[in-house]
Amino acid sequence: MPDAARLSDLALDEAARLMRAGQLGLQCGPLTLSAKTSLPDVARSVYTLYANHPVEVAPDFSDFHVSVRLPGNLRRFFRAQAHFFVEGEAPFEPLPRVQAPALFEWGLNWVIAAGCHQWINIHAASLERNGRVLILPAPPGSGKSTLCAALALRGWRLLSDELTLLDPHTLMAHALARPINLKNASIELIKAFEPTAVWGQVTYETTRGRVTHLRPPRESVERMRELARPAWVVFPKYVAGAEPMLTPRDKAATFTHFAQNAFNYSVHGERGFDAVGRLVDQCQCYEFEYSQLHDALEVFDWLAEHSDEAQPPH
Amino acid sequence: MKPSRPTDPPRAPAQELIALIRMPAQARDWTLRRWDRILRMARASNVLGRLAYAIEQASLRDQVPERVQFHLVAIERLTRHQREALDWECQHLEDALQGMRLPLVLLKGAAYAKAGLQAAQGRLFGDIDLLVPREALEAVEDTLKMHGWVRDQMDPYDVRYYREWMHELPPMRNLVRGTVIDLHHNILPPSTGHAPDPALLIAASLPIDGTCFRRLADTDLLIHSATHLFHETELKNGLRDLLDLDGLLREFSAASTEFWPALLTRGQALGLARPLALALHCCARLADTPIPEPVRLQALRSAGLSRWRAGLLEALYRRALSPHHELVDTWPMHLARFCLYVRGHALRMPAGRLALHLTRKAWWRMFKSSSRKI
Repeated sequence: MPDAARLSDLALDEAARLMRAGQLGLQCGPLTLSAKTSLPDVARSVYTLYANHPVEVAPDFSDFHVSVRLPGNLRRFFRAQAHFFVEGEAPFEPLPRVQAPALFEWGLNWVIAAGCHQWINIHAASLERNGRVLILPAPPGSGKSTLCAALALRGWRLLSDELTLLDPHTLMAHALARPINLKNASIELIKAFEPTAVWGQVTYETTRGRVTHLRPPRESVERMRELARPAWVVFPKYVAGAEPMLTPRDKAATFTHFAQNAFNYSVHGERGFDAVGRLVDQCQCYEFEYSQLHDALEVFDWLAEHSDEAQPPH
Repeated sequence: MKPSRPTDPPRAPAQELIALIRMPAQARDWTLRRWDRILRMARASNVLGRLAYAIEQASLRDQVPERVQFHLVAIERLTRHQREALDWECQHLEDALQGMRLPLVLLKGAAYAKAGLQAAQGRLFGDIDLLVPREALEAVEDTLKMHGWVRDQMDPYDVRYYREWMHELPPMRNLVRGTVIDLHHNILPPSTGHAPDPALLIAASLPIDGTCFRRLADTDLLIHSATHLFHETELKNGLRDLLDLDGLLREFSAASTEFWPALLTRGQALGLARPLALALHCCARLADTPIPEPVRLQALRSAGLSRWRAGLLEALYRRALSPHHELVDTWPMHLARFCLYVRGHALRMPAGRLALHLTRKAWWRMFKSSSRKI
C-alpha cells in the first residue's frame, strides 16, 4: 500500500461517514484497525489524532474491527454511557458517554495488548534515535508519558506511548505511532513546552483524572514501518526539584520488572523468558531522576550520541 | 444426511465455520477479504483457537496469507498458555484438596484437557469446574478459603440466587493468581426438577491418571455437555459447545461400539434423555456428526420429542448458534436467541420466580453504575 491516502486528505465529513459505515481502516505500524462509530465526538477525535496516518477505505483485511457505540437500552439517554466493542464483544464495562473518545484509545490499547501474542507486549513507551530504541517502562505517576511526549516533539521517533511491541525472536521493536495519552498537570506542561502540538478533546473525571491525547508527530507516522533495535531501558522518575541523575540499574531487577509488567510475558512461556533475558542483556539499563524536561532531553540526547560508552555523565 | 432445505441459506455462517474447521484445505486459495470475514466469525464464536489448531494439524499454515498467520500464531500461543495455566492451577488445587480424601470430579473444559480428549485441542479455558459430594461442599469451600480462594464481592440477592437455587456455589477467586473455581454439587440446578442424582455421576466417574482428580464416565461427560448447552440461556459460546459435543461424540463412538446404546440407556437413567436427544439431533443436523440414524430417532422417541418439536428446536438453535456478529445477524437470529433465552430460564425456575428474576436483572442493568474499570 505505497500510496495510501492520509486521513487528513479526507474531509472530516467524509471520514465521519466512513466511520459510521465501519469502512475506515487506519494503518498503525504493522496493523490495520477498522474503526466504526456514529458518535461525532469520537469521529472528530480520531480525525484529529490520526490525521497523519495512512488510511484505506473498506480494507480487504483488518487485524481488528472495533467500534464505540451507545448501549441499546435506556442508558442511551439516561445517565448516558458508551460501549467499546471488538467483534461484537464488550471486553469491559461501559464508561460515561462523555468519555467515548478516550474509550476508543483505551479500548485499542486493550485489543492490541490482549490479542497480539505474535509479539511480546511490554507496558512501556518506546522511541527511536539513530536506529536505536529507548524503552521507558514505568509505574503510573513516574512521568513516562510526559517524557515520551517531550522526546517525540524533539526529534526522537515515537514508536509507542503505552505498548512496546517486540518480535520474540529478533527482539526488533515495532512502531504503532498512536496518540500519546497525557493527564492532569502534564497536559499544561507539554502545552507550554510545545505550543504548536495538536491535541484531542479533554475528558474530565475519568478514573485517571483529566486526560487528553496528543497527535503523534508526522515523521513518526511516516516512518512507522521501520523496525529498530532496543538499546536502552530507562526507568524515569519525576522528583520535584531534583537535578537530573542517570544511574545504572541492576539487570536482574530490570528483568523482574519486565516479567511482571509485560502484558503477555507469561503467554510466551519459555520463549518469553528467553526473549526478555536477551533484551535486558543487549540493553543498557538505567534509572533516571529528573524535574525539568529540558534537562531530561539533554541527558537522552547525550545517551543517543554516546551509546557505546558505559558510564553516563554526572 | 438430509439435503439442506430451501428456507436455509446455502451456507449459514455457523456451518461455514464448522466446515472450515473440519476441512481447512478448502481455504488454500482464499482471498484476504474472505479470511477477514471468517476470522471475525471465529473470534465472535470463540473458536479461533480450534480453527488455528485444524490448520496446523493439516500442515496448511504456510499456505495461509501472512497477515492471517499472525493471528493464528497469536491464538495458538494463548491456547497453549491457558493449557499450561490449567495444569498449574490443578496442581494447586490438588495440593489444597487431596488430603480430604474425597472424590473430586473435574467438569467441562478442565476435564477434557486433563483426560486428554480431542475436544480440548485448540480450546480456550476459563474457570475450573469441580464437582464434589453435596455433604462435603462446605468442608471443601472452607479448605479452599484456607488456601487463598475467596468469594468475589456480590450483592446479597446474587448470593441467595446461588446458594438456594443453583447447582454451584458463587465463583471463588484465588487471591494470588486470580484464577477462578466453580464448586458444583450437581450438574443442573435442583430448581429445574431435572437434576440427576449426583451420587450416580460420582459413582461412575473415572480416575484421571497421575492426579487426584476424577472425570465423569464417557456417557455422563457427554450428557453433561449436552445438558449444559441445551439449558443455557446465553448462547455466546454455543457454537464452541456444539463443537465440543461433536468432538466428544466422534471420539467416544470410535473408541467403543457399546457407546451408542450405553449413552441412550444412561440418558434415561439420569432423567436427562431430553437434552441428550436434542444434542444428538442438533449435532447430526448442524455439525454433520456421524450419528447412526436409528440412534438419533430412538433418542428422540424415548425423550418424548416429536419430530415437529425437534424440528422447531433445531431451527431455533440453527439460528441462535450462528456467530453473534453484526455482519451476519438477522432478526430471525435475534428472535431465536430470545426464545432460547426464555426457554433456558423457564427450564431453570418456575414462571413466577422467573418473572421476578428477569425484572430484577433488567432493573439492575438500568441503574447500577459500572463497577469494573478498564
